[in-house]
Amino acid sequence: MTSLIDRRMGIFLAGLFVLTVAVPIGNLAFDGKVVPSYIVSLLGKYLCYALLAVALDMVWGFCGILSLGHGAFFALGGYAMGMHLMREIGDRGVYANPDLPDFMVFLSWDELPWFWMGFDNFWFASLMVMLVPGALAFLFGWFAFRSRVTGVYLSIITQAMTYALQLAFFRNEMGFGGNNGLTDFKDVLGFPIQSDATRAGLFVCTAIALALGLLIARAITTSKLGMILVCIRDAESRTRFMGYRVEGYKLFIFVVSAMMAGVAGALYTPQVGIINPGEFSPANSIEIVIWVALGGRGTLVGAALGAILVALAKTLFTGWFPEFWLFALGGLFILVTLFLPKGVLGLIEETFARKKKPAPALQEAKA
Amino acid sequence: MLFLRACLLALLLPMFAAPASAQTQDFDALVTSLPEGSYSARGAVVGAIALTGDPRAEAILTALLDGALGVIETTGQVVILAPAPADALAGTPLTDAEATSAERIRVNNGLRRDIRAALGILTLSDPDPAKRLAAADAAFRAPDAAQYELLDAAFQREENPAVKSRLAEARAVAILDGDFPDAEKREAIDVIADRGDADAQRILTPFAASEDPDIAEAAAAALASIEQSRMLWGQAQNIWYGLSLGSVLLLAAIGLAITFGVMGVINMAHGELVMLGAYTTYAVQETIRQNAPGLFDWSLLIAAPLAFLVAGAVGVAIERGIVRHLYGRALETLLATWGVSLILQQSVRSIFGPNNREVGNPSWMSGSFDVGQMTVTWNRLWILIFALAVFAVLLFVMKRTAVGLQMRAVTQNRPMAASMGIRTNWVDALTFGLGAGIAGLAGVALSQIDNVSPNLGQSYIVDSFMVVVFGGAGNIWGTLAGAFSLGIVNKFLEPYAGAVLAKIIVLVAIILFIQKRPRGLFAVKGRAVEG
Repeated sequence: MTSLIDRRMGIFLAGLFVLTVAVPIGNLAFDGKVVPSYIVSLLGKYLCYALLAVALDMVWGFCGILSLGHGAFFALGGYAMGMHLMREIGDRGVYANPDLPDFMVFLSWDELPWFWMGFDNFWFASLMVMLVPGALAFLFGWFAFRSRVTGVYLSIITQAMTYALQLAFFRNEMGFGGNNGLTDFKDVLGFPIQSDATRAGLFVCTAIALALGLLIARAITTSKLGMILVCIRDAESRTRFMGYRVEGYKLFIFVVSAMMAGVAGALYTPQVGIINPGEFSPANSIEIVIWVALGGRGTLVGAALGAILVALAKTLFTGWFPEFWLFALGGLFILVTLFLPKGVLGLIEETFARKKKPAPALQEAKA
Repeated sequence: MLFLRACLLALLLPMFAAPASAQTQDFDALVTSLPEGSYSARGAVVGAIALTGDPRAEAILTALLDGALGVIETTGQVVILAPAPADALAGTPLTDAEATSAERIRVNNGLRRDIRAALGILTLSDPDPAKRLAAADAAFRAPDAAQYELLDAAFQREENPAVKSRLAEARAVAILDGDFPDAEKREAIDVIADRGDADAQRILTPFAASEDPDIAEAAAAALASIEQSRMLWGQAQNIWYGLSLGSVLLLAAIGLAITFGVMGVINMAHGELVMLGAYTTYAVQETIRQNAPGLFDWSLLIAAPLAFLVAGAVGVAIERGIVRHLYGRALETLLATWGVSLILQQSVRSIFGPNNREVGNPSWMSGSFDVGQMTVTWNRLWILIFALAVFAVLLFVMKRTAVGLQMRAVTQNRPMAASMGIRTNWVDALTFGLGAGIAGLAGVALSQIDNVSPNLGQSYIVDSFMVVVFGGAGNIWGTLAGAFSLGIVNKFLEPYAGAVLAKIIVLVAIILFIQKRPRGLFAVKGRAVEG
């Protein structure tokens, strides 16, 4: 049995811990001079992406399910949290309506739709953050895995799923704010959402969530169940012939991954301050895949690292030469798939291994 | 000028011009009374002027409509002020002093409506059948029993069957409006009912509540038959829209059916190849506009082979450069080609700018024609024909040529094909290039109905994948069936659910369908399908 925290996980968690301590202190203690407030939110956003990448790596890296719809689970989690934050606005909206969010007043609705009930309560909303994506993943996976839809077909219908959801959320009649989505949040749990302290708090929460997510993913993938997942990835039919209920395993990991993506979305919404149907776009979901591919498929830590690297590059590139970003991203897709089948992490570890000689322990990540 | 036309009218219309001086007297009196009275009274005068059929009527009424009819207060003389000042009745030119002393006759919107209706009646005798048709339509829309005589006369004299039937309808409307025997009215109702469109429905609806039970019954029956014919035409129109959407989907998906269906390669850059085709069309049209405007009608015929070559060349480059290294790794191919799509998108954006580019319709593709109550636009019809032609050619290439045979051989059993002496590498590149080239052709067609922007491809990629997956990968007949059935289903759902919801329903339906038949409508069976 491999240990829960191996070397790469240890290094990453240590780095994350330093970041978690240093960033808020740098921001709060020095009045935003060392670490500006926007950097805190930005880093928080990266960590959300990292958690999302870990979620995708669980299904793609370990079970071979390439979901092109993970953005949908992320967005659903984000919407669930967004709905709670909308309710917290109360009567401080533009229309000062104590019962209804602004966009509903604008559409001249009389009462809150039934599916908004209960979102006043933070704990209920938090539950929904995991339950809604989980339920969707369960439903979708149950149908898809049972009828043995695999490979590219599965990828394409997951893409269709997120596309359909995007179209649906664009509709005003859905009751989720249509095109504009949910925004203009004021408080989270009573703390003003714009204040530095709240931002730092959210950052720390995200970092903790990422650490927990990594540990949970690691625990699952190193368990016996994880071994079977890898078997399914490498030889699905053989695993089935050996008597394992492949559908059940796939469904389990798909649902867990969707819930994790939902949590990432829920942490994303308050830090970015808006959630809109654009998050459902198929292009976003494909971008998640490249994070994982870049970092190193099936490495968990690599996925998180890949997400942070790509997001950082995106921020820098779009700031310096916006024209260039799509070229860079496109080139990344091509180069990584052609030349870096094990991702950046694989490359780094191989280089180290060659220098130090005795370290053939680096396994897995078979493309 | 107007006067000239009025004279022409006089030549062609001896029956109106001939009746003797009594009518001329009337006409003069009517025109002289134009400046006086309330607007509604003058509306009646305008109608009367038109009904006289006097050749001068058109010029006077047009002038009145344009506010160019005046009156000289002192003499009561009615004059036309523009373009050349002249006496309205005698046609003699005016002196400058007279012209300046004339006061314009004022008109309001109600009167303008009356004038237009009156002018409509006048054009009933225009030599141009299209104008007569328009006049008959105008008379149909504004029922007036007073026009009956005129319409009847025009109807008797008309020889063009299309105009004649329209005149019969207009006459029927006039009959319904006036005081005519029941039998004639019932006949009129039948005539209108045969028209069977929304206008007929609108005109007959009040008569269904008529006090006369006979007429009410006839009108109710007529309305029921109109309702039915409208419903049938509505369905036909839906089917047409569906076929049209289907042809677009077919064009977008058919190239994909080759790369994905036949080769098993996911080409996410397919949409961008379509976009390249559209931009090729744009470039060709720009060149033609600048160098040889006379060739504009040929622009699409020139653009089509070029688009095929451009997109095909890019396709071959993608295959040689990237896809070749990733055979057997479908998911990696998907990611790499997605990267290609981003690069192509951004290149086009950098070269042509992010805005929509204007691509014109050649004259033979613009406009529309009516089939019964259905409107068919030429560009949609040509695209449908084009899509089917591309499909037929592709089918021919795959089934009847040596290249097609080799493609199918490589798809079915690569090592065996290679040992039979087929250069599989070559065939791979060719197949991919063919699929890409067809995407370019799709771009030429789509440039005619959609915005040509760097995002053009993105909007079709999910749809075309759906078509291929629904139809069954590896079977181009399946793609045909998939495209048209999705198109028609989509258009039939739209009236009930709205465009967006219809699309969502179709997507969800496909997702569910895949569960039932994971390999599509026309699944390839046997060993070729690896698990």
